[in-house]
Amino acid sequence: MIALDNVTLTYPGRTGPVTALAGTTLHVRRGEFAAVVGPSGCGKSTLMKLVTGLIRPTSGTVAVEGKPVTGPVKLAGMAFQNANLLPWRTVLANVMLPLEIVPPYRQRFSRDKAAFQDKAMALLNVVGLGAFADRFPWEMSGGMQQRASLCRALIHEPALLMLDEPFAALDAFTREELWCVLRDLWQKLGFTVILVTHDLREAGFLADTIHVMSARPGRIVETRAVDFARPRDLDVCYTPDFTQLVHELRGRIAEARQAA
Amino acid sequence: MKLSAEDIAPVAFTVGLFVIWEAACRLFRIDTFILPAPTDIFAAMGKYWWPLLKNSFVTLWTTMAGFTIAVVFGIALGMVVGWSRTIYRGLYPVMIGFNSVPKVAVVPILIMWFGIGEIPAILTAFLISFFPIVVNVATGLATTEPELEDVLRALGASKLDIMRKVGIPRTGPYLFGALKVGITLAFVGAVVSETIGANAGVGHLMVQAGSNFQMPLVFAGLVALAVEGILMYAIFAAFERRMVAWAFRSSTGAGG
Repeated sequence: MIALDNVTLTYPGRTGPVTALAGTTLHVRRGEFAAVVGPSGCGKSTLMKLVTGLIRPTSGTVAVEGKPVTGPVKLAGMAFQNANLLPWRTVLANVMLPLEIVPPYRQRFSRDKAAFQDKAMALLNVVGLGAFADRFPWEMSGGMQQRASLCRALIHEPALLMLDEPFAALDAFTREELWCVLRDLWQKLGFTVILVTHDLREAGFLADTIHVMSARPGRIVETRAVDFARPRDLDVCYTPDFTQLVHELRGRIAEARQAA
Repeated sequence: MKLSAEDIAPVAFTVGLFVIWEAACRLFRIDTFILPAPTDIFAAMGKYWWPLLKNSFVTLWTTMAGFTIAVVFGIALGMVVGWSRTIYRGLYPVMIGFNSVPKVAVVPILIMWFGIGEIPAILTAFLISFFPIVVNVATGLATTEPELEDVLRALGASKLDIMRKVGIPRTGPYLFGALKVGITLAFVGAVVSETIGANAGVGHLMVQAGSNFQMPLVFAGLVALAVEGILMYAIFAAFERRMVAWAFRSSTGAGG
């Protein structure tokens, strides 16, 4: 579904041109849960912007659904480390924001508002925020805000969900809770995910495939299939195989950092 | 409800100021022509209540007229400036230069153009108060979180969509903050213009009273101005709290 072939991205920095990505090749199948891990500053977020068409590569090709990306792809939902909810909107109204923008929902928004509200409520119920729909974001904890942010990213039923370290700012318990929320949503709705993270356990628990990136200029140095049986339980994180996986990934990243 | 020290403080400080003033005037036997005591001022206010009220009303309406123009013009220009970086870069020095010119210096020109009357006062109020509105609206728009913009652009939102859904609501607290400051500035502008050349308004009244050596009346005019200023500020502050309550989120909330 997503294909980056030999992508290089250079942009003018303050002290001369910066090469964020050099010859990156990455393929993600439809419905796959892909994780991209790597040392900080390796261009993981740049990768996300390339896939969604927010920036164009200097060379190489980016294609989504077989078509080259020439502008914002319009089918992606995104969530970041900061929930970025609008403080003047209630949680429900925040979640409904994409429906006011994405066609064909936007044309029907005022007519089908009630139906859309039900849709948003259903999604909020899945992530356990049903009772908080009328709250304002600033009345909620970071974990709750992040749940709402996930709902906002998914309300328009995108084929692709892009996550840029969405759980990085949360405490360990909340993070694991949200892993399960994301796992359940993915299993229920079947979208394609690209999760950028520096948490190897997060990648191991959630992903089908883990791509390891090198330090800047970033490129994919290793791709690993993760074949723990689904549906996965948090207990999988405490099996020897899992520990082994995380350990090996850690080794690869340490190498990638050294190489820089 | 029990009143706390914090609730009483504004009244206590105001009353205290007048008491000290009164005491100082009596103690040092300060001449009424130099500094009238509060009791003299209040007496003058009682005696001349009708001219004070009439002229206060003139000042009020010229202020509001100028301010209304400033709000409309300021929001429009602020949006244009906040919309495009090129326009922002181009207009900014012009606006800074314009704002640096003391408006007192412009009033004689306005009087030359429009004659003695209310128009120079309205225009001065407008000129002096539109700048903070432009700057604040533009700042509100220009500081939209880039990640939020990415989220919306990845959905295929146009620049206009982002402006409508995020930029404009986000500007609210900046705008209302600017209105609060702007209204007092507009008031200053109107009064300045009235003192230089007008045939009505509190500024005009004070100049006339001054040339007749009616110092208590001059000070009564000052008090009238202060009261009017506080009221207008309070109205816009209350307005702000109502319109953008979300910007005053409580620090005790669970937010992160």
